[in-house]
Amino acid sequence: MHELSIAISIVEMAQEEAESRGGVQVQAVHLRLGLLSGVVKEALLSSYEMACHATPLEGSQLFIEEVPIEVFCPKCEGPRSVSSIQWLCCPECGTPTPAVLHGKELEVVALEIDAMEPRTLETEE
Amino acid sequence: MSAQPRLVEVRKNVLKQNDVIARALREHFRTAGVLVVSLVSSPGSGKTAFLEKTMTLLHSRHKVAALVGDLATENDATRLARSQAPVRQIITGTVCHLEAAMVQNALAGWDLNQLEFLFIENVGNLVCPSSYDLGEELRFVLLSVTEGEDKPLKYPTIFNSADVAIITKSDLAAAVEFDEAAARRNIQAVRPGMKVFKLSSKTGEGMAEYLEFLESGRVHSQTAAAVGG
Repeated sequence: MHELSIAISIVEMAQEEAESRGGVQVQAVHLRLGLLSGVVKEALLSSYEMACHATPLEGSQLFIEEVPIEVFCPKCEGPRSVSSIQWLCCPECGTPTPAVLHGKELEVVALEIDAMEPRTLETEE
Repeated sequence: MSAQPRLVEVRKNVLKQNDVIARALREHFRTAGVLVVSLVSSPGSGKTAFLEKTMTLLHSRHKVAALVGDLATENDATRLARSQAPVRQIITGTVCHLEAAMVQNALAGWDLNQLEFLFIENVGNLVCPSSYDLGEELRFVLLSVTEGEDKPLKYPTIFNSADVAIITKSDLAAAVEFDEAAARRNIQAVRPGMKVFKLSSKTGEGMAEYLEFLESGRVHSQTAAAVGG
């Protein structure tokens, strides 16, 4: 069960991001989670609440977009979606392939922040 | 005064901190010319026995060392020290996996240039270690014949994250009616093209072929490092 430590990292990352934008309030965190990331969505959601406890993110929400597994098929020479995590092969020609293009994602893609903060644009970059 | 919350793009890998350290470690390992292999498996699949055998056999002709991760006790380090190679225990406390920073800290004071092989034994766990890059060159996933042939299908993520599968305790295969073909099929389903070795740390069966692979792997990685500058 490493979801709690992952959740803590997410909260810390969001907090740092909020501070770099002048201490804005984070309302929600949007995360992309690959099916091959080794992290379980439900466990992460419940861990997130715990990780937010007594931090500026308390009460914020975590939205998770699951990323399906996509492999590169050497025979079709293109990206193909895989229907099962237990069978990494091209769904069209059946060629097995270890080349995973997507599905390992574990990334914070966006934050929903308090719109009243005026300094954000100037502080970027 | 209330307004709609604003969406700002971030795009940051949650494990970035770990990945940055892992990348630096990998760079360091390659420059030093040490082949780093990590071992993952469920508890009791024979990681420590396999490592003990490997290190004992390699020790006569190569400089080897190991880091072993466990939640508690130094038993594995004590056991592995019998191979005469330098061994350090990483006690993770309640953490169910090793992280790159733990590896980095455990290496303090060791001169990597003096080493040819470094083994990192992860905590016995088929779930959590899959997400953490340790800077290793090769990740071995171990599967003992007593565990059942469908382990790869039950834990596809960790098998997918590994480079080599080692079927251990081959001396017990007949007793437990291990279906080797099914095991190999399942491994290939979750990680097509994965190299598989079947061996027994107890009898030594299959160890020679695997050691040959390991030694040639070191030559390859050194050549790659030399070519890559």
